Amino acid sequence: MMDLSISIWIPLIPLFMFLLIGLFGHRFKPLVSGVMGTIGLGVVAILSYTIAYQYFFVQGKVDGVYHKIIAFNTVWLNLTDKLHIDLGVLLDPIAAMMLVVVSTVSFMVHLYSIGYMHGEKGFHRFFAFLSLFSFSMLGLVLATNIFQMYIFWELVGVSSFLLIGFYYTKPSAVAASKKAFIVTRFADLGFLIGILILSFITGTFDFITLTDTSGEAIRQGATIGFLGMSVMTWAMLLIFMGGAGKSAMFPLHIWLPDAMEGPTPVSALIHAATMVVAGVYLVARMFPVFHTSAPHALEIIAWIGGFTSLFAAVIACTQLDIKRVLAFSTLSQIGYMMLALGVSGYGGEEGLGFMASNFHLFTHAMFKALLFLGAGAVIHAVHSNVMNEMGGLRKYLPITHITFLIACLTIAGVPPFSGFWSKDEILVAAFHFNKILFAVEYAVAGLTAFYMFRLYFTVFWGKDDRHYHHTPHESPLTMTIPLMLLAVASIFAGFIPFTELVTSDGAAFEPHIDYMIAVPSVLIGIVGIIVAMVMYRKENGMPEKMANNLKYLYKWSFNKFYIDEVYMFITKKIIFNYISRPVAWFDRHIIDGTMNGIAGVTNLVSFEIRGFQSGQLQKYAFVFVTSALALVLAFIYLWTN
Amino acid sequence: MNTGIPLEYFLILASVMFFVGIYGFLTRRNLITILMSVELVLNSVNINFLAFNKYLFPDQFQGQFFGLIIIAVAAAEAAVAIAIIINIYRHFTTINVEDVDQMKF
Repeated sequence: MMDLSISIWIPLIPLFMFLLIGLFGHRFKPLVSGVMGTIGLGVVAILSYTIAYQYFFVQGKVDGVYHKIIAFNTVWLNLTDKLHIDLGVLLDPIAAMMLVVVSTVSFMVHLYSIGYMHGEKGFHRFFAFLSLFSFSMLGLVLATNIFQMYIFWELVGVSSFLLIGFYYTKPSAVAASKKAFIVTRFADLGFLIGILILSFITGTFDFITLTDTSGEAIRQGATIGFLGMSVMTWAMLLIFMGGAGKSAMFPLHIWLPDAMEGPTPVSALIHAATMVVAGVYLVARMFPVFHTSAPHALEIIAWIGGFTSLFAAVIACTQLDIKRVLAFSTLSQIGYMMLALGVSGYGGEEGLGFMASNFHLFTHAMFKALLFLGAGAVIHAVHSNVMNEMGGLRKYLPITHITFLIACLTIAGVPPFSGFWSKDEILVAAFHFNKILFAVEYAVAGLTAFYMFRLYFTVFWGKDDRHYHHTPHESPLTMTIPLMLLAVASIFAGFIPFTELVTSDGAAFEPHIDYMIAVPSVLIGIVGIIVAMVMYRKENGMPEKMANNLKYLYKWSFNKFYIDEVYMFITKKIIFNYISRPVAWFDRHIIDGTMNGIAGVTNLVSFEIRGFQSGQLQKYAFVFVTSALALVLAFIYLWTN
Repeated sequence: MNTGIPLEYFLILASVMFFVGIYGFLTRRNLITILMSVELVLNSVNINFLAFNKYLFPDQFQGQFFGLIIIAVAAAEAAVAIAIIINIYRHFTTINVEDVDQMKF
C-alpha cells in the first residue's frame, strides 16, 4: 500500500516551477526555463500515473465499487463548527482519469513548446504561465469541495487570459484575451451564485457529502419551488452556467474561437484538451446531485450540448483559419460530452452516458491535442493560419501528415481508432434518451468527418504545385515526438475499459457494441470523408459551386451565425446605451458631484476666512486681549447679577 | 505698620502700568519696544503681588517670593527675546514687526 498523500505534490510541483521560472527565469538561458518546466511536468506526469494506477488497481476498489478517497486534507478557513472551507486532494475515478489527461497533455505541450516557441520573446514567461495553468488545472481536478474548485476555476481562467494575451503587442490578441476573460467571468458569476444557493440549502461545500446518493444533502431543496422550478434546479442550472462558460457552450461560446489568438501549444493545452472540458468535469463531479434533485437541469444540459454540437459543426465546415476549424470542432465535441451527461441515468448500465462522456473526454483530449499540435507544426512550417495558403504539405511534413491523418480518422469515428469507441457509446446513450437528439448527433458525426477531412485534404493535398516563399520543413524532434506519442494514445485509448473504471456509481458494467447504431455511424463518417475527398482532394470548382448553391447557409455559417454581432448589438446598443450610460451619469454627477461639492464648499470657506491668519503678531495679540477683556466683562456682568 | 499710602494707590499704579504695557505691545512696531512693553506688564504684576502681600498678609512671604520668581523669569525671557530679535534682524535685516509676517496662509 502506497501513501496516497504524496498526490498533494502533483499540483505543488507546477506551482513551484511557476514561481521559480516566473521570478528567476530571466536570469537563465531561455532553454533552461523550458527544460526545467518540462522536467517538472514530467515528474508530475509520472506521479499522476502512479497515483492513478494505485487508485484504479490497488486501493480504490472496495467490494467491487470505486470509492472516493480523501488523500490529503487541511482546513483552510474555519468559519463555524459546521461550515469550513478545506483544501485537499480528493481521488475518485474521474479525478484520477483527469489527472492522467491533464498531466499527459500538459507534459506533451511543454515538450512541444520548447521547439515551437524557440526564439520567441518571453520564452520563460510562456513556460511560467504554462506551469501556472498546470497548477490551477490539477488543483481544480483534485478539489475536495466546491469552493476549492471555484478558486482553482478562477485561477485557470486567469492563466487562460494570460496565455491568450501572450502576444500582448498584438491588439487582436489583447482583445481576444479580454473577451475570453469577460465572458467566462460573466458565467462564473452564475457559478458563484449557484454555489451559494446550493451550500445554503445543503449546508456543505464538501463533494463527498454533497454527492452521497444515500445522504440527506441532495434531497433537500427539491421541494422548495421558485419561479416554476425547484430551488435545487435553479442552483444546479447556475452552476452549469459556470461550466457552460468555461466549456464554451452555446450561447457563451463566443470567446473560444477568438482564443485561438494565443500560441498554438496553448490552444492545444487549454482551449482543446483540458480547461474547456472543466465544465464537463464539473457536471460529472456534481452528477449525482443533478440526477437526484435537478433532473430538469440535466435535460436542459442535454439539449444545450446537442444544439452546440450541431451549431459548431456547421460553422466548422466553412471556416478558413485552420485553428478556428479546430476550435469549432472542439465546441462540437464538448457538446457531445455535455449531451452524454445530460442523457445519462445513474448507476450501472443506466449510467452509460456518464461513462461515455468521460470516455469521450479522455479520447478527445488526446486526439484534439494531437490535432492542435499538428496544426501548430503546419503553421510553424508555413507561417500562416489560413488554409487557402496551404496545400500539398504531405511531401514536406511527413510525420505531421501521418499523425494528423490518424487524428482525423479518430475524430471521424473510424474503427478501431479511439474516437469510434467513445462516440459510439454517446450515440447509444442518446438513442435511449431521445430520438431527435440521436438524429442530431448522427448528422454531427457526418459533419465532423466532413470538416476534418476538408481541413486535412486542403492542407496536405489540394494544390500540390503550390509555391512557397521558402520550402516548408519538418519540425524539430521536440515537436514531432509529442505528435507521435499522442498519435499512439489516440489509436489505443479506445481500448481502455472505461466501463470498468469510470462509471457513475463506481461499479463496473458490461459494455456492448450495438451494431444497429455503430455500423451506420461509421458509414456516415465514411460518407463525410468521401465527400470531403471528392471536393478537396484535387483543386476543382466544387467547393465554390456548393457555396453558391447554399448561398445563405454558407454565408450564415461563414459568419458564425452572426452570434458575435448579436452580442455586440446587445452590449453596445442596449446595455451601453440604456444601462451603462445612465449609471455612468449617476456616478459622475450624483456620487462624484456630492463628494466634489463637499470638497468645493470647504475650499471656498477656507479661502474666504484665511485672511484671519495674517502673520501679523500684533493682530493676534489684539484679538487675544480684546477677547480676554470681553470675557472678563461678561463674567463681571454675570456675577453682579 | 501702615505708612499712610493706601492700597488703592498701588493698584491704580499697577493698572496704569499694565495698560500702558498692553498699549505699547499692540501699537509699537519696533520689536525692542515691544519687549520693553512686556517688561512693563510683568512689573505691574510684580507691584500687585507685593502690595497685596504687604497689605493683606503682612506676616507671610508668598507674594515677595512670587515677585522674585517673576524677576528671574523676566530676566531669562529678556535674554531669549533679545537672542530671537538678533536672529530676526540677521534674517530680515529689520526688526519692524510688520515686516516679519512669514507665518501666514
